[in-house]
Amino acid sequence: MLSMNNIQETLQMFQDNKLDIRTVTMGISLMDCIDSDIERSVEKVYKKITEKAKNLIAVVEAIEAEYGIPIIHKRISVTPIALLAGATESDETFKFAQVLDRAAKEVGVNFIGGYSALVQKGFTKGDTRLIKSLPVALSTTDIVCSSVNVASTKAGMNMDAIKQMGQIIKEIAHLTADSNSIGCAKLVVFSNAVEDNPFMAGAFHGVGEADVAINVGISGPGVVKAALEKVQGLPFDDVADTIKKAAFKITRVGELVAKEAASRLGVPYGIVDLSLAPTPEVGDSVARILEEMGLEVCGTHGTTAALALLNDAVKKGGAMASSHVGGLSGAFIPVSEDEGMIEAVRKGALSLDKLEAMTCVCSVGLDMIAVPGDTSAETLSAIIADEAAIGMINTKTTAVRIIPVEGKGVGDEVTFGGLLGEAPIIAVNPFGSSLFINRGGRIPAPIHSLRN
Amino acid sequence: MERSGGIGMKAVINVVGKDRIGIIADVAMALKVAHVNIDDINQTIMQGVFTMTMLVDLNQMNGSFEALQRIMTECGEKLELSIKVQRADVFTAMHQV
Repeated sequence: MLSMNNIQETLQMFQDNKLDIRTVTMGISLMDCIDSDIERSVEKVYKKITEKAKNLIAVVEAIEAEYGIPIIHKRISVTPIALLAGATESDETFKFAQVLDRAAKEVGVNFIGGYSALVQKGFTKGDTRLIKSLPVALSTTDIVCSSVNVASTKAGMNMDAIKQMGQIIKEIAHLTADSNSIGCAKLVVFSNAVEDNPFMAGAFHGVGEADVAINVGISGPGVVKAALEKVQGLPFDDVADTIKKAAFKITRVGELVAKEAASRLGVPYGIVDLSLAPTPEVGDSVARILEEMGLEVCGTHGTTAALALLNDAVKKGGAMASSHVGGLSGAFIPVSEDEGMIEAVRKGALSLDKLEAMTCVCSVGLDMIAVPGDTSAETLSAIIADEAAIGMINTKTTAVRIIPVEGKGVGDEVTFGGLLGEAPIIAVNPFGSSLFINRGGRIPAPIHSLRN
Repeated sequence: MERSGGIGMKAVINVVGKDRIGIIADVAMALKVAHVNIDDINQTIMQGVFTMTMLVDLNQMNGSFEALQRIMTECGEKLELSIKVQRADVFTAMHQV
């Protein structure tokens, strides 16, 4: 029997601590939409998405109402489009982006991910076409998200791809200059990308996945922060334990929603992603959790250790609460999407270098970081290379979602709007890396990739 | 995890609004009409605001869960209170292993 104390605690999490389910993402395989004729392939893609996801919004909204759990986003991820692009005889790969945009709007989701290519070791015809099409694809669609995997622990780093991605990001920034280069916010460059991530912009539906699956991304930085307020001054053992318990409770809500959504939609339940995902709203910040542990401002010395503890405790609590944990599962540190991070950058406490250090111990990487518009393509590539190396060596996912905002420099601020938030422009190292980036080739996989 | 529907189906009802005489009576009457049994009640006044949380049993309820939600929302509008009904599954999931 439930006690009133337990009921009150849960109600408080929803009402005061902004607990919500961040996203219910339907993964849809498009492998059966491959066709040598691009028009036919595009038509199949539209039909498959609109058919499989036609009830997604209604079902998720019904769960939201019955259980009283706010579910913020309903989204779709699809098979990496490079696989479809390579099979066609056409170079007009952007048509796939446009059909994804149309189909996603038809079913009412707010983002669709999977305009993606996996090139950690090399390029296929489809990969090359897809990457080349990115500037047009992302500047002529509204809700299509893209990702490119350029490195992995098993394969090493594709430095040709990394070089190219710097140029592509510059081009997208230019084409979407009139809206603060926002096209770049829809593109993630990955190392060790995961196939079942429900979070945007990096979601895609891997080839090892079922035809259709439901993946759920939880949230809840506010709940963790509120729990930590009760253990002020106590040793880290208590901090870790408190985070674990909070993560357990949050994840149980995710598990419930995932099972219920999957069963009502008649598709398999894939995974729950345990990530603590912040929003720009006050009370929903990962930075504030780190500060609650005793840091004056997020970004100061001690921040990496605090984040390491947080990331690990979230996993330990969450893993026990769900039968299938997957995706990225940890703490996210997107700058523009986290009120505390934004404040820390404004105060000068959080730099790009510190963020890079933090990505060694968090679940993703350099995320939603606005840099000066005159940052060179080679510097962007070098930032990606550093981040990819961290992922490759540490056998973890890392990512770069960076926005060189055209016309803006250090000291300026930029507003992306909505959940993408706002960000002060962060300085990059003024010294060049172009000779390094222009070498091309591959950085070999590390010795610990040889595990067989 | 306890599943929704069938035996043992419970809900949590949260009532918030300006305090006055007879709120519990009015809400309880609406639940009686809907054939919903009250398991537990926690009620307090915080700075003049009436707050009540109820754990209720829906096994003998007339009609569907959605209908109960509708009835209680209408009841809340009439009484100028916020009344929210949600399945108890999320609470059990969180607090019972």
